[in-house]
Amino acid sequence: MLKAYITLYSYLKQNPEGKHMPLLEVKNLTTYYSTRRGPVHAVENISFSIEKAEAMGLAGESGCGKTTIALSLLRILPWNGKIVEGRISLGDKDITKMKEDELRKEIRWTGISLIFQGAMNALNPVYRIEDQIVEAIRTHEPHVKKREAKERIAKLFEMVGIEPSRAKNYPHEFSGGMRQRAMIAMALACNPSLLIADEPGTALDVIVQAQVLKLISELKNRLSLSIIVITHDLSIISETCDKMAIMYAGKIVELGDVMSLFKKPLHPYTQGLISAFPNLKAKKQEMISIPGSPPNLLNPPSGCRFHPRCSHAMDGCVKKEPAFVEISPGHYVACHLVGR
Amino acid sequence: MEETIIRAENIKKWFPIKTGFFSSLFSRREISVRAVDGINLEIRKGEILGLAGESGSGKTTTGRILVRLIEPTSGKIFFKNNDITHLDESGMKPLRQHMQIVFQDPYESLNPRMTVGDIVSEPLKVLGAAKNELEIEKKVYTVLEDAELSPPQEFIFRYPHELSGGQRQRVATARAFVLNPEFVVADEPVSMLDVSIRAEILKLMLSLVQKYQTAFLYITHDLALARHICDRIAIMYLGKIMEQGTNEQIVFEPLHPYTRALIAAVPIPDPSSKRIDVVIKGEIPSPVNPPSGCRFHTRCPSYIGNICREAEPPLLDMGNRHLVTCHLYDSKVKS
Repeated sequence: MLKAYITLYSYLKQNPEGKHMPLLEVKNLTTYYSTRRGPVHAVENISFSIEKAEAMGLAGESGCGKTTIALSLLRILPWNGKIVEGRISLGDKDITKMKEDELRKEIRWTGISLIFQGAMNALNPVYRIEDQIVEAIRTHEPHVKKREAKERIAKLFEMVGIEPSRAKNYPHEFSGGMRQRAMIAMALACNPSLLIADEPGTALDVIVQAQVLKLISELKNRLSLSIIVITHDLSIISETCDKMAIMYAGKIVELGDVMSLFKKPLHPYTQGLISAFPNLKAKKQEMISIPGSPPNLLNPPSGCRFHPRCSHAMDGCVKKEPAFVEISPGHYVACHLVGR
Repeated sequence: MEETIIRAENIKKWFPIKTGFFSSLFSRREISVRAVDGINLEIRKGEILGLAGESGSGKTTTGRILVRLIEPTSGKIFFKNNDITHLDESGMKPLRQHMQIVFQDPYESLNPRMTVGDIVSEPLKVLGAAKNELEIEKKVYTVLEDAELSPPQEFIFRYPHELSGGQRQRVATARAFVLNPEFVVADEPVSMLDVSIRAEILKLMLSLVQKYQTAFLYITHDLALARHICDRIAIMYLGKIMEQGTNEQIVFEPLHPYTRALIAAVPIPDPSSKRIDVVIKGEIPSPVNPPSGCRFHTRCPSYIGNICREAEPPLLDMGNRHLVTCHLYDSKVKS
């Protein structure tokens, strides 16, 4: 009870006017990797926010910085990665300023958890699945006893649709889809408010993929989880998310709710990406591709990073970087063509 | 009607599993993975057949058998009505220039120590398909232009590491088409590429198929792509073809319960059709010990009783070359 008062107090102290605060707010996040050939501008000046029980899709081609955002949110970047600028606030905590042990207790797994890419291979093959999840729980919530943790695992397994008795198995005894489910159970073990799923569909067959996506949407509604789905597959986002951000070469080029982005994409890259995705049921149309390939982030193009591949490129695009402006409520775009 | 280029009759490929010394002493039973277990298909001149299915259903093995990279355990393969099932290497060599393959991974299927010119001209040299250096050069230049690697003189001296993924797959495609083959297998040619460049590689393959009137087998797990580039689609499950028909038949009038489930599971990039329904549960069983009767009966939502478990369903022609293997459509079972 006292704890609740304290949180309420600190909340009110920070928001004297009782202003609405999103669950997660990322402001001007910039992450570089230092390499021998110079810094790689993996993520540059990115801002977005997520409300409670909202799902956001983060789409883009490989190497555009999607996973780096996930790693920055949890501050688990590799040794050469560094958040150069920006603020990441989860509730009233600023993740960029926290110390390692605070992060472990208050953010990782208890606040934000991550389902890694290729979840099938993210489990340790020589430990029982149960022991791996117990370890995850007790690292982040040291006061939990082993028995309690095991009870929690049984409940989690039931929730994700695996027979609880299978918790004692080793990962190789699980099929791909079951391993993915076990990873989801593990990610939910400490009751996080935000779940990041990095490429949840790849490496799974269509039918199993549909089962996993359905599970994620169900969990979102049941636990009012906020979710970030990172994928290159726009159709996965259109089926699971409320809003979506399109990334290109380390920047968000367009952000808005799924419906308006699919129906009225404004940025030429978004338009290209959407038309590059064949729709199974739609009329047979000619597939359109975007010429060229994504740039090297060691030395990104000047001005708008998309200009070398853009069919609408003008002189200004080469020189000046377009601002990320709000076109209509909640719909942001960074392109010189828009709002002229 | 166009001429049939390649035809497979009831081909099977069982890969034996090595058992340990002791278990081989005590058990006589040979264990094998039934990768391909009795399939029939034919591809006509200029026709694109898509072979779709989950991983482990035997798509790649089928492709490799058809170009005779693997010899089938049983069954027959006909290339323009000639039986090529048991031809030896010297017998196959003159046929090799008529059947080519494009592999999945352009990062591993090109020799990193050869230049693009060497890679594309090698098949011509090995198979003696060109009379002299001049002809080789001419053919290589033409096919590189066809593959939109232009200007060719700039590309022939480059090494694979200097090319992007899309360009590498163009080189692999050029290598397959330089011999002007009559039959080409493309094994998931775009699954390793970025979304934005997939379409152009596929368009390139389509234009080459049209130009050279090749019979084309396109192996994929992505039904949405198959729908847009293929003439016909065959759906594979655990080493068997469940349904075969034109892409419109497969997508809009699927007959087999498995095809229906597969079509329903493909995510649609259109937010106004919010729909996630998964009709079938579980995952593909092991091909070492496939279910008896119809292989799909363990997961089938329209299971109709013992017959599915006991008898293997016959191949039924529903008209217009729409073939399905399911008891539901067997008139004998109905009555």
